[in-house]
Amino acid sequence: MDPSALVPVVLAMADGAHAAAGDGHAQHAAAYADVGALPYAKAGVDAGFSWLKWMLLAPLASVVLCGTFALLKVKGRWPAVFTVASFAIAAALAVQLYRQWGPSLFESGTPLAVPLADWITFSWGNGPFQSFTANFGLYVDGITLLWMLFVTVLATLIALYASEYMESDVRAGYARFFFAVSLFVASMLILVMSDNLIGLYMGWEGVGLCSYMLIGYYAKQVGATAAAKKAFIMNRIGDLGLALAIFLIWTNYGTVQYDGLFQAIASSGAETVQGSWSKAAIPFLLLLAVCGKSAQGPLFTWLPDAMWGPTPVSALIHAATMVTAGIYLLARMAPFYTAQAIGAEWAETALLTVGWIGCATAFIGATIACGQFDYKRVFAYSTISSLGYMVMGLGVGTAFGGVYYVFTHAWFKALLFLTAGAVMHGMAGQVDFRKLGGLMKVPGFRLTMVCMLLGCLYLATAPFSAAALSKDIILYQALTSPVEQVRWMGWLGLATAGITAYYAFRVWFRLALGPVHIEPGPDQHGHDDHGHDDHGHASHAAHAPAAHAPAAHGHGTHAGHGFHPHAPGLRISLVLSLIAVGSVLAGLPSYLEKSNGFNWIQRFVERSSAGIRATVGPEHAEILGRDAHGTLFVLATGVVVVGFLLAWLLHAANRGLGDRLRASMLQTPGLKWLPLGSEHGWYVDGIYHVLFGVPAWLGAQVLATVDRFVVDGVVVNAVGRIPGWFARVFQPLYTGTVQGHALSMAGGIALIVGWVIWWWLSGGAS
Amino acid sequence: MTIPMAILADAAPVTAAAPANVMVTLVLALALFGIGLVGFLTRRNMILMFLCTELMFQAAALAFVAFGRMWMDLSGQLMVIFILTVAAAEAALALGLVVLLYRRKETLSNEAWADMKE
Repeated sequence: MDPSALVPVVLAMADGAHAAAGDGHAQHAAAYADVGALPYAKAGVDAGFSWLKWMLLAPLASVVLCGTFALLKVKGRWPAVFTVASFAIAAALAVQLYRQWGPSLFESGTPLAVPLADWITFSWGNGPFQSFTANFGLYVDGITLLWMLFVTVLATLIALYASEYMESDVRAGYARFFFAVSLFVASMLILVMSDNLIGLYMGWEGVGLCSYMLIGYYAKQVGATAAAKKAFIMNRIGDLGLALAIFLIWTNYGTVQYDGLFQAIASSGAETVQGSWSKAAIPFLLLLAVCGKSAQGPLFTWLPDAMWGPTPVSALIHAATMVTAGIYLLARMAPFYTAQAIGAEWAETALLTVGWIGCATAFIGATIACGQFDYKRVFAYSTISSLGYMVMGLGVGTAFGGVYYVFTHAWFKALLFLTAGAVMHGMAGQVDFRKLGGLMKVPGFRLTMVCMLLGCLYLATAPFSAAALSKDIILYQALTSPVEQVRWMGWLGLATAGITAYYAFRVWFRLALGPVHIEPGPDQHGHDDHGHDDHGHASHAAHAPAAHAPAAHGHGTHAGHGFHPHAPGLRISLVLSLIAVGSVLAGLPSYLEKSNGFNWIQRFVERSSAGIRATVGPEHAEILGRDAHGTLFVLATGVVVVGFLLAWLLHAANRGLGDRLRASMLQTPGLKWLPLGSEHGWYVDGIYHVLFGVPAWLGAQVLATVDRFVVDGVVVNAVGRIPGWFARVFQPLYTGTVQGHALSMAGGIALIVGWVIWWWLSGGAS
Repeated sequence: MTIPMAILADAAPVTAAAPANVMVTLVLALALFGIGLVGFLTRRNMILMFLCTELMFQAAALAFVAFGRMWMDLSGQLMVIFILTVAAAEAALALGLVVLLYRRKETLSNEAWADMKE
């Protein structure tokens, strides 16, 4: 985001915003589920903004061009040019929309509606539930604008990064890769900009499809295709929830367009919705959709496997943008989680369910991340954990905190994945951090490691970082809540923050510090141009992996076996620097708030469908009997420092101690489960395999047996044999000789003639 | 069918044959057809079988002539002309086929060609 564009708006809006925020606080303190009136302004239709369609058409043009290149098998770098250019156009248009229309949004809070084209419009009567409308139209409010901005800007930068990262694939799949990335951005923009749920569903499925295509990009590897299928199927489970929710929304409200929907909810009183199960089911079904797309709760296991995709894809789709679509859905559908929509009891249950799923996912993801040795998977689990935080933010009642964390997380997590990608790119795909070390000292990798340090600081929510500023909003809201369960979520979230600090720095200390140690990986990108050969691979494979690796190793320098780390080039370095700057600037709204009393992100959320949850808990609250702000700062900083120091002790200062600790835990029967369970993701995949995979396999075997012996054996084959038995009786008559044919023909004719004569003689003719 | 009377002027007056006379000719045609059929069903030599089919053809032609005479209609004789023409063409074709079949298996017996048996 361009801060110079931001400041004048902020200054202009400061006075009014502060007053509005003050009212909100008082209102919010009163209730958790019952938010009082739902003030939804009717969207202002303004066809003057129809140039926004170019935000969709530019990526779609790139889709067509890259697809043509892929079909014609044209080699060359043009697909990257198309993709980056089209994303840049989309980003420029998003910024232009913000400059042109942002002030009026901040002032009036009226969403912008831009009709583009008719799509589905039909009716079967004149009544209120007798028509169905879902047209191509844009609905832009605060959260839409926020998503448009960071999706397009990050997509541009990451596509630029990918143009270098995928260089070795220019012959194989360059065009196919950028085809899918362009389609992804187009789908994502449709998802966030559509003015109705059908369009959102279309984008939702589109991003899922692109995710599938890109996870399985290295289709020659069995693991990649399996991971792609897993992601697709688990997302379908969630999508079932979204589809059912849309059906129920139409059944209850007679429209799927946001504008009409929000006003229908706003005008319905809480007393009219008591006991309506079909309304009460909507938020839970939406939550199922969120669990699929944002890798929450029971459906999170697809995200770690999604790391089979190329790393820029992991950064863009599986960290920064697509997985936040679930948070977008929760924020967009926030009115459905209120007493006004489904009654106070159900609303509270729904919010608590959202909160607990997010909180548990955050905790479980963080604990699993501590046991991984693949640094990319650590970041994948950290994404699950962070997404859990965001969902928890929505659940504890602050869409502001959740959305703010989406924004800051998008930057620093993209940065982390891109630095991880730079290391993989340079180390022939080595993803095990036990086989790498001291990269700060390797020429060309200093920038990467510094950027990773920044990303880890942000992931660990170091004090005063953008991540801490946004995450603390969620914790503040939870810990000062009048609801006891919500406060428990807050404490668990606080513990998670400490674990996060530990595992973030566990990775960085192992990778960046210590003696230089490099074992190149299996080289899945095929870097033929770097001159390392099979000899290098063979000699490296001989080294035992873990314990004795770092210090006493005979490598000396990394170049010992003819392997030369491939330092990131200009484009990767440029993108890393820019995203690092973006990560830092993402905290700007909170700093400006200190001087102006106005938070840019908060105003975005306030002017959206999640506006009812844009405020932060009571101003003067207490945690543990002390002032909430100060106590939270001390607690949050404390757990982060503890986690950091633990990581420093075990992975930087005395790695031998860390390794011995793990070894002794593995040998103690009572503690063995901890490192093993963490390393294997608490065996969730295994549990699913036993609970769903094995019964499905057994059922398939039973049905296959029935099919083979009953359906095929008794029914089909038996019926098929009956004509065969008859044929066997008459078959000897068929000699195949010419006379045989002639005789049967003559006999047939004789029979006919005989019959005619008999008929004639018996008086049939007269 | 009308025929210019000038052509028939010098010929003896043609009268319709009595049904009994037609019957004699038809019995002759039937006998001829029967001989052809039995010959076709019993002989194994392909050339003889072919000749038997010719016999059956001519039996049919004879019947046409007989009926044409009975009804005083030249259509019967006209049809015979067609039969002769087709039989000539068919004879050329069939004898050619027989030659080809002979070249394949060095025999004229049709028992060598029972391939359509299952």
